[in-house]
Amino acid sequence: MVRAALAGLAIAVASAPLGCFVVWRRMAYFGDATAHAAVLGVALALAFDSSIMLGVFVVSLAMAVFVTTVGRNTYEADTMLGVSAHAALAAGIVAVSLSSNSGINLEIFLFGEILAVSYAEVAVFWAVAAAVSLLIYSRWTALIASTMNEELAHASGFRPRIEQLLLNLSLAALVAAAIKVVGALLVTAMLIIPAAAARAVCKTPEQMAAAATVLGGVSVLAGLAGSYRFDTPAGPTMVVCATALFALSAASSFIMSRIRGQS
Amino acid sequence: MTLVLLQGVSLKLQSETIVENVDFDVDRGEVVTLVGPNGAGKTSLLKMIVGSVRPTAGTLFRTQDLRIGYVPQKLALGRTMPVTVARFLKLAPGGTGQQIEEAMEFASVAHLSGRQLFQLSGGQLQRVLLAHAMIGEPNLLVLDEPTTGLDQEGILSLYRLVRDFRARIGCAVIISSHDLEFVLANTDRVVCMNKRICCEGSPSIVSASPEFRALFGGEAAEARAIYTHAHGRRREDDRSPESARGGLRNLH
Repeated sequence: MVRAALAGLAIAVASAPLGCFVVWRRMAYFGDATAHAAVLGVALALAFDSSIMLGVFVVSLAMAVFVTTVGRNTYEADTMLGVSAHAALAAGIVAVSLSSNSGINLEIFLFGEILAVSYAEVAVFWAVAAAVSLLIYSRWTALIASTMNEELAHASGFRPRIEQLLLNLSLAALVAAAIKVVGALLVTAMLIIPAAAARAVCKTPEQMAAAATVLGGVSVLAGLAGSYRFDTPAGPTMVVCATALFALSAASSFIMSRIRGQS
Repeated sequence: MTLVLLQGVSLKLQSETIVENVDFDVDRGEVVTLVGPNGAGKTSLLKMIVGSVRPTAGTLFRTQDLRIGYVPQKLALGRTMPVTVARFLKLAPGGTGQQIEEAMEFASVAHLSGRQLFQLSGGQLQRVLLAHAMIGEPNLLVLDEPTTGLDQEGILSLYRLVRDFRARIGCAVIISSHDLEFVLANTDRVVCMNKRICCEGSPSIVSASPEFRALFGGEAAEARAIYTHAHGRRREDDRSPESARGGLRNLH
């Protein structure tokens, strides 16, 4: 239980600021495509007998780079991302079931298995969380400027394409870590729901990243407690808790704006 | 002294030519106005100058000490990112607290500092963007159709602000615009483009040229009337707007 909590908190810490960028850049589908590609990464890792985390990282990164650079001109971005996300998921599931190692349980990768993480994995998750946080923290201004307006960022001497690449790298690393915690299907949920919940109550990007971290952490702990109490799967329970927080925050901001509007 | 120099620059996206074989330069302190119809490649040309788009052919030189202040046509900013005016201005590179204060004072946006960017009106947002451009003390101010969506009064006060900006910082200005009557009276050089550069020169030369008339038709005739009026010259041109529009029709 302690291991599960530590693992979940690591994912919450890494995904909060990253999730803010996913929300700001309207990349929710992009997150899906990257996360769903993880299943294909699992299949390839099994086929080549390499580390699953490495396989997931490589394939997710390839997918992230693919969807940010290719095919944007012929199709609308959401069509392209929709195709990529579900194609990667379907191909991944087919490939895993074809692989010789078919005794493997697919559900682990789709829904996560946070209760089975080892201390070694917890250490890896925290290393990923630290690396992602450090990267985002050190380039915060450039990332924010690039997200707001590419030309403005160029004029200010930033290089938005490098920032995009760094976000892709971070996202792939996060997916590789988070797939065991919440699973490929719900990685995007842990990215965007705490960030969206934070949005309603914040005035600056910094506040939003901080609030998303807190809300993500609370969701993880509440989800684990709920999962233990009601014997439900841990990953989806965390997402349900995050959604409840989102509903609370949206409702409170709606009521506040009504009160302010009347006075 | 040249700040930016473009030689034979073209931009092709897919197989579509956006900008074709353009020679263009801006000197220190000069005001250049870019005019042309929608889809003429003005924004793309500015993006190449700013550096966010690379030309597919030709060469683009910039001086070592080029500092660009850029005012985009619009800030495609949804409600998803909370940013106050004060926070936005802190994004400008190398801005000290004092510079930010001065820029806010100059653009009269100090009272908006706690407001969210997406809550601002078009005119307020343009003033904030100008304040942002000012903080880095640019030697080149690039404005991409800065008056889009503003009313007549907003347009006037924005141009006044740009003029004061230039008087204060002493920078060169490239501005793309549809407001012919305003820009022609306040610019050193007009560059008229429609994928390629049709004509360029001083406002009086360009506004009299047949290429310019062909592109702008009656509007050009009116602008010229105002321009020549503003300079106290007698109106040399009495072609009716109809005959000028006839030129536009011939072009197609």
